[in-house]
Amino acid sequence: MKHFDIIVVGGGHAGCEAAHAAARMGCRVALITLKAKGIGALSCNPAIGGLGKGHLVREIDALDGFMGRAADMAGIQYRLLNRSKGPAVQGPRAQVDRAAYRHAMRTAIAHSTGIDVIEGEVVDLVIKQSTACGVLLADDSRILSEVVILTTGTFLRGVVHMGDIAHSGGRIGENASVRLAERMEAMEMPMGRLKTGTPPRLDRNSINWDIVDMQAGDDAPAMLSFLSAQPALPQVCCGITATNEKTHDIIRRNLARSAMYSGQIQGVGPRYCPSIEDKITRFADKTAHQVFLEPEGLRSTTIYPNGISTSMPADVQTTYVRSIRGLEKAQLLQPGYAIEYDYIDPRSLRSTLETKNMPGLFLAGQINGTTGYEEAAAQGLMAGMNAALGRQGKEPQNFSRAESYIGVMIDDLVTRGVCEPYRMFSSRAEFRLSLRADNADQRLTPLGIALGLVGPDRRQKFEQKAQALACGRSLLDQKTTTPRELASAGIKVAQDGARRTLFQIMAFPNICFADVAQFEPRLDALPLEIQRQLENDARYANYLERQKHDVAALRRNEAQEIPMSLDYSAIAGLSNELKTKLSKARPQNLAQAEKIDGMTPAALMLLMVKLRQNQAPAKKEASP
Amino acid sequence: MSDRDTIFALATAPGKAGVAVLRISGCQVKRVAKNLSISLPAPRYAATRALKDRDQALLDRGLVLFFPAGNSFTGEDVLELHMHGSMAVVRALLRELSDMAGLRLARAGEFTRRALENDRLDVARVEGLADLIDAETEAQRRQAMRILSGDLGKISQTWREDLTRAASLIEASIDFVDEDLPTDVRPEVLSLLDGTLQSLAREMMGISAAQRIRSGFEVAILGAPNVGKSTVLNALAGRPAAITSAYAGTTRDVIEVQMDLDGLLVCFLDTAGLRETSDPVEQMGIEQTLKRAEAADLRVVLTEAGTRPALAPRCGDIVLTAKADLHGNPKQSISGKTGFGLAPLLEQIKKELSQRASIAGVATQQRHRTAMTQAQSSLHEAKTLLNSAPDRYDIIAEEIHCAIRALDSLIGRVDTETILDEIFSRFCIGK
Repeated sequence: MKHFDIIVVGGGHAGCEAAHAAARMGCRVALITLKAKGIGALSCNPAIGGLGKGHLVREIDALDGFMGRAADMAGIQYRLLNRSKGPAVQGPRAQVDRAAYRHAMRTAIAHSTGIDVIEGEVVDLVIKQSTACGVLLADDSRILSEVVILTTGTFLRGVVHMGDIAHSGGRIGENASVRLAERMEAMEMPMGRLKTGTPPRLDRNSINWDIVDMQAGDDAPAMLSFLSAQPALPQVCCGITATNEKTHDIIRRNLARSAMYSGQIQGVGPRYCPSIEDKITRFADKTAHQVFLEPEGLRSTTIYPNGISTSMPADVQTTYVRSIRGLEKAQLLQPGYAIEYDYIDPRSLRSTLETKNMPGLFLAGQINGTTGYEEAAAQGLMAGMNAALGRQGKEPQNFSRAESYIGVMIDDLVTRGVCEPYRMFSSRAEFRLSLRADNADQRLTPLGIALGLVGPDRRQKFEQKAQALACGRSLLDQKTTTPRELASAGIKVAQDGARRTLFQIMAFPNICFADVAQFEPRLDALPLEIQRQLENDARYANYLERQKHDVAALRRNEAQEIPMSLDYSAIAGLSNELKTKLSKARPQNLAQAEKIDGMTPAALMLLMVKLRQNQAPAKKEASP
Repeated sequence: MSDRDTIFALATAPGKAGVAVLRISGCQVKRVAKNLSISLPAPRYAATRALKDRDQALLDRGLVLFFPAGNSFTGEDVLELHMHGSMAVVRALLRELSDMAGLRLARAGEFTRRALENDRLDVARVEGLADLIDAETEAQRRQAMRILSGDLGKISQTWREDLTRAASLIEASIDFVDEDLPTDVRPEVLSLLDGTLQSLAREMMGISAAQRIRSGFEVAILGAPNVGKSTVLNALAGRPAAITSAYAGTTRDVIEVQMDLDGLLVCFLDTAGLRETSDPVEQMGIEQTLKRAEAADLRVVLTEAGTRPALAPRCGDIVLTAKADLHGNPKQSISGKTGFGLAPLLEQIKKELSQRASIAGVATQQRHRTAMTQAQSSLHEAKTLLNSAPDRYDIIAEEIHCAIRALDSLIGRVDTETILDEIFSRFCIGK
């Protein structure tokens, strides 16, 4: 029997990044999936990135994860969202060729030294001394390891709904994992039920493209990976059409037949990704809803109609689709459906994504109540990285909310839990002005290098870029000028007589890099990408200065760790209510404890005293 | 520790007389001394100094002590100002300090926390201090609740709604592009910001002019219907303030009687009798009673001899048996009719209240003034950006969030979920 360092269960986005990260750090990994063919499959929309999500992809990429590179190998339309709304909230997004993406991801997994792909259905965990140390497959074979990472997506007791038809399944045409769900239940993991949906797929040749609007990608595409220079595949357009009153009538008439409205589905769906039934019910006064017609690939004849996900019976789907402009003769290749599945309350996890109840067991992706490829991939990376660090006998690495969207997401999950599928939004990041997609590498690649997550190619490229940035920054900081000189160069600023550095001048709203470059010719030689980033750094510099106190306070609290074993009942002066809440939540650090409902300054203080008391002996040994 | 604000707070809680001690801690302490035109005395020695405001006008003469970092309670540079305890002096000084850059009022327990972080406290002392901090937190909470039940509460509710809406409009157009949103949200955001700014300006004028935020104490009189609350109040006030009759449920509104008890401003609240009722008007009265009673500084609970109190007395409540005249004037009883027990009650109330921080009211006013000033400046900035540079949505959002955070103590916490709720309930989001 083979023995692995790490077993990853599931070959979706979380599973792939988990396995890839652990392998990059030198672990022997078994990636167990139902079908090896399914590795890297995009089971919903054929796109990677977007707002908040594009930030996550760049952060995964900065840590040498593979999602961004795979997307760039498969990208067939690039759009930088929010181009006009400030660099901090711009999100790169790519429409991808489904087959090319899967191929890129499968190849990357196959070529990673240290990953064995095993086909099989995991039905149970092997547990020794309440520690997870392997899995049992449906054929009764056992695979052993030090760590198990579950990334089972929507497969835990998944049920597919289409009108009044419901059947067990993890994805259309694939089996659900029922025994594994029962095991989680037996372990007393707090669980809940969520739902999500997907639209019908249409035959490209049955659409009347002449009467729908077309949308092209950007002229200068923003790539998802820091390592990519330009798209690998030819670029295509998407179609745009819309529902109308007739569509809405058909849906309204048939509401009782929708799985969601007939009471068959109990799981909670995402508010930001409503089904077409939800849209016309909740916003009854709207007479039209946009539908994007997204090609699933260059050679594929499948079109993904984004905006009409549904759980109607197949015949109703055909009728309402055909009421839409351009889709009058549309052929449905596969009907839309809703899927209901179990998730584990992520408050039962540490920030490393290891379960608090069972050492050695990590959870990542949709099983934790999130939705989206990017959210899943980022969690997979974190779980794989922390599992590998544990194998190396090193301290786990937590990410701060002040440093990355990954940190924001994981903190939200483990401290607040979820009540609908969790999706990243830029508004969730309180320090988003400093968490830009264009500086994800500046924020995270040095850490990735230190952890052994980043390979030599990226390291070299990053170091060159960092050097160019440092050089540009020092030129901008050293050279100073006055409003009078600026005015004579035709640049309008307030004539307050103050001498400022070029960097400070670039912080004014109407000043760009080219304006200040007139005063320092060496700036012109910097690559365009570097110029743009320096411009962005200057734009937010004053705001980041203002947030400095908040960031410092947050980091201080995050740094004050609380051992899992802390006995709250022994803290004198703490109210019983808080004792109960703290014992239940078991916060990992003071920042998490502070967020607990009902926490008072006095209680926080008592907690700090207790922690200092525990640390005191160790501190004395360390001092000379 | 240079990444920290310098904090200040009143360390004493006297009534109108005596000494008020103001404590300032942090790296800006020396600059504070300079701004107040005082030369620092030798470390740990008291010296008399004249304190002046930014226009060189005399604020007060008092004792000044300086504790250098490493030799102070918090471990940071600490300045202690022992002032004359008049409200006017304290108010002026708090205002002067609030307006200095890098300075702010300390949050509950913040001095202790700094002391702890700098290893200046042992465990036993912190455990003792925890009670004090809890009391401080409780006092601030009560002050806030009292303010929020008044006019300012109603206005700040509007601020909350308008700012949440403004933030949600900006956030929606940032986080949900390609959706069916209004194409340009700026006109609506602008009008929401303008409205809030005008309202803020009106309120701030109101605070300094009319003292809308009362700084006195509230004492609620509670008990079952017809137990004699109004009679007791009338006896206390010496005039019939609330209508009294022999029928249960006569007092349907909260009735206030203001009194000056040896310099302590006290407002007695007579409340609707507490009982199960099907009369909706009376029910409303009872709900209001419970709300006001919750916020009151002190509660006097009247009970009938031989019956259980209509509500469970809390620790610190004064519990008395009513209608003493019908029961032969036992201990711990009172009669509004004969006046028996009135004088001891007033004594007890005075004793209780003078132990508490009446000056907390002044600090609360200052806290709110600072909050509103900060919110104003952020909203002005947001407005300017909205007018001049439409591509700065991310920064506009940041300014609105800053304003919301500043007003946190007035409008309550508005977090991501609140904003997302607003977005999802207003707009059909989702492709």
